[in-house]
Amino acid sequence: MNIDYKITDMHLDVLKEIGSIGAAHAATSLSQLLDKKIEMLVPNVSFVSFDEMFDLAGGSERIVVGILQKIEGDLSGNMFYLLPLDSANQLTKRLVGETSIDFHNSTISELAISAMQEVGNILAGSYLSALSDFTQLKIQPTVPSLSVDMVGAIISFGLIELSHYYDEAIVIDTQIIVEGSSSVDGHFFLLPNPEAYISLFRSLGVL
Amino acid sequence: MDTVKNVVRVGIADMKIVKAPQKIRTSSLGSCVGVVLYDETTKIAGLVHVMLPDSSLGRLESFNRAKFADTGIYSLVELLKKEGVNPNSLKAKIAGGAQMFQFGSKDTIRIGPRNIEAVKLVLGRLSIPIIAEDTGGSRGRTIEFDPISIKLSIRTVNEGTNEI
Repeated sequence: MNIDYKITDMHLDVLKEIGSIGAAHAATSLSQLLDKKIEMLVPNVSFVSFDEMFDLAGGSERIVVGILQKIEGDLSGNMFYLLPLDSANQLTKRLVGETSIDFHNSTISELAISAMQEVGNILAGSYLSALSDFTQLKIQPTVPSLSVDMVGAIISFGLIELSHYYDEAIVIDTQIIVEGSSSVDGHFFLLPNPEAYISLFRSLGVL
Repeated sequence: MDTVKNVVRVGIADMKIVKAPQKIRTSSLGSCVGVVLYDETTKIAGLVHVMLPDSSLGRLESFNRAKFADTGIYSLVELLKKEGVNPNSLKAKIAGGAQMFQFGSKDTIRIGPRNIEAVKLVLGRLSIPIIAEDTGGSRGRTIEFDPISIKLSIRTVNEGTNEI
């Protein structure tokens, strides 16, 4: 599985464009779910070490809600939606109208978990279907899985496959901001498996 | 200030050694395993943050040895020997190897338990006794070892800190 081509700035720009398209659709879905305006920052595409990747998400020990979906099909990889516990609380309360939900608790209700997983499903679904329309590649997300834990513990799970061969990874990171909150409320992390770049770049005519 | 200066941090797929009064720490172990090797006489300790069980899974000629259980632990022992530690006096404490998510591909399924098994296999081959462990489960762990008290403190989300 050697990569027999060089990833240039042009390729990174293409990935940035892909991240923009996907995240714009996901932000629209989130905005409809919440009936609030969602702002999305221009994606950050970087070639980073694993430790640097944790820093992108706020530091390896930061506690977040992480929803992971594996991606299969012509494009394979991992996709994370990471958000602060307070944001997850607000999001689920708004969606299911249940005020007792608290992701700070050590036991989180099944309802909260499935509501949050459904959010992940909707967001990843719109992100990836936009990507699929644009590239004409078949991309299927698996059922989402949720964990409330440290950033490093969560993201490293998505690095296992590529870490067999690499010590760095390309991450397409899009930050989103919900109206009325002052800080970044979440990150989409798209981590394509290295072999996926070939099909991706080929489909876009840049390889 | 002293506390900051005296704690050496080890990143993912990384290894380092310290001498008392320095402590050594690695954060947010998920399916990864933190292996501490220590010598009570010299008060020197090493920590490797292992990500994968077996280096034969990585098919590159040059690779980061600290990433794999087999090569990582052997390299750490070599480092400690260079500091004058007698390998026969080494003891181990280990933590990590959680299953963070409930699904996986053939590479990721049971990756936490497989990392633990691999670490134990290598320590067994080297005849290094495991004095204490906190492994498995589904929680991430941040660990810190003090070569003076020879305690490994383990912090998990919602469950506070405990020492082994």
